[in-house]
Amino acid sequence: MFNLTPYKIGTLLKTQYSNMMEYRVEIALWAISGVIPFFMLNIWTNNGLNDSLGISNIMLSRYFLSAFFVRQFSVVWVVFTFEEDALLGRISPYLIQPIHPFFRYFAQHIAEQITRFPFALIIALFFFIFNPESLWFPSIGIFILSLISTFFSFLIQFLIQSIIACFCFWTEKASSFEKLIFIPTLFLSGLLAPVESFPTFVKSWVYFTPFPYLIDFPARILSENNVNIFSGLCVQIIWIILFFIIFLKVWSQGSKKFTAMGL
Amino acid sequence: MHSNKIIELKDISKSFFVASKEPGLKGTLKHFFKRKYNEIKVVKNINIEIKKGEIVGFLGANGAGKTTILKILCGLLYPTNGFISIAGYRPYERKAEFLNKISLIMGQKQQLIWDLPPIDSFYLNAAIYGIEKSEAKNRIKFLSEMLEINKELYLPVRKLSLGQRMKAELLAALIHNPNILFLDEPTLGLDINAQANLRKFLQLYNKETGSTILLTSHYMKDITYLCRRVICIHEGVVTYDGNLEKLLTKLSPRKELSIICKSKKDIESLKNLGLDIKNVESNEITLLIKKEDIKKTLKNILNKYELEDLQISEPPVDEIIGKLLTNK
Repeated sequence: MFNLTPYKIGTLLKTQYSNMMEYRVEIALWAISGVIPFFMLNIWTNNGLNDSLGISNIMLSRYFLSAFFVRQFSVVWVVFTFEEDALLGRISPYLIQPIHPFFRYFAQHIAEQITRFPFALIIALFFFIFNPESLWFPSIGIFILSLISTFFSFLIQFLIQSIIACFCFWTEKASSFEKLIFIPTLFLSGLLAPVESFPTFVKSWVYFTPFPYLIDFPARILSENNVNIFSGLCVQIIWIILFFIIFLKVWSQGSKKFTAMGL
Repeated sequence: MHSNKIIELKDISKSFFVASKEPGLKGTLKHFFKRKYNEIKVVKNINIEIKKGEIVGFLGANGAGKTTILKILCGLLYPTNGFISIAGYRPYERKAEFLNKISLIMGQKQQLIWDLPPIDSFYLNAAIYGIEKSEAKNRIKFLSEMLEINKELYLPVRKLSLGQRMKAELLAALIHNPNILFLDEPTLGLDINAQANLRKFLQLYNKETGSTILLTSHYMKDITYLCRRVICIHEGVVTYDGNLEKLLTKLSPRKELSIICKSKKDIESLKNLGLDIKNVESNEITLLIKKEDIKKTLKNILNKYELEDLQISEPPVDEIIGKLLTNK
């Protein structure tokens, strides 16, 4: 369907990884800039807010470290790159190559994650130096499940942003729509607080949205907090399928509207 | 009879809806609350047939619709109306088999990855088109020899000159051996030598591969060097489709006869022969003579006057085509 072969995927990843390595300082800075969960951990523990949740300090610090990791490997910016490429006409050559243009962006993201990995690891190391009591090694099974869940989280976010990116075919500033989902993503994903700590009213509906499955769910798996892994993964898969169908529809309609701006 | 027809366009039209804004604050506010869209017909009922292996030049002023036609042909744009077939495919469906056969090269746009050496982009393109690494290596070698680039392949694209970059762009676009090439201003911004090299390369590529080349360019040398057939576009309509030589003869049926006389007296006498004069300068005169009258006129002049020098030439192509573009 997308003309993908292991050879194509491998070369795409290798090339994008080489490209990302050219920006290693920038990526290190991006990794450092993703330390919001650590600030939040500080706020929670210094104010004793975790007691109301019945979560110990250690479990909470593991949760926020896991949230940091999940965030590091699920950051998506495709809407901004696609918008720029569409506005400057750079998308034109990609559209007439026998591979879906979004695979280039997908490979870009994966390559960036691989480049980011050592920096994230160093930050985690510092975290354990300052919080030695939080040190833990999840079992292989849990680690793999959290990896899968983080990848699913990345896929959900990539698809949401790709759908928004396709709005470029109708409007020049599609990234404005991304701003609309930035706030709910920030507050409802579990980046600032575990979803478990939300008021009952919010909890009654928030699990019907994709947001808790972006950070909270994978972070809870990795930190070995109490969570129903099977049902969570199923919900993630449902969101992926749903957004994928929407993406295909929007892409097929939108690409017909392409005016090859800047060509 | 039509077995070697590779491109066919029947009644192809393309319209865009563009928002227009009146000037000033009032116009801005009006534009914010109620946008007015105008339909702009960029291409109007175009009919074109192109045979396999042909090199065809598109001529037209800025905004005539040349690039839009190229975009429709390569599948970037959906035509509003009409039938289009390129090698048996509908380009706008962007089927992989079709995309494997074509390539679009834009003088002002690049597909090479800016921070990596071109060689990385070549191998990426090769993989995208499903070309095995060993085969890709051979093609890169073949094309880089043809294009005369070698060590530049290993330098970051951002460090290359415009000419070197353009050659690398060409190599990237040709790595999958396309049958049909769409070139939009391929020599834009290149120096004279780089332009000439590129033209030579394209001619050689056409000869060696039998590929069909469609080209737009504002440099008349690109057109005269490469294309025997030209298609003139004016306001989205084909105004001429045929042999370039015939077009030039049609537009400029006269030759320029430049004569340097020994005496100014002869110049005065030549002025009174009733011939069209293009230019007079000291003891040199340039006359415009109909092509069929050239022999007769020349014979008369040679018999009557003592000349120092004589030259017969065609008016510059740029001048003729420029006239065509401005006079519609």
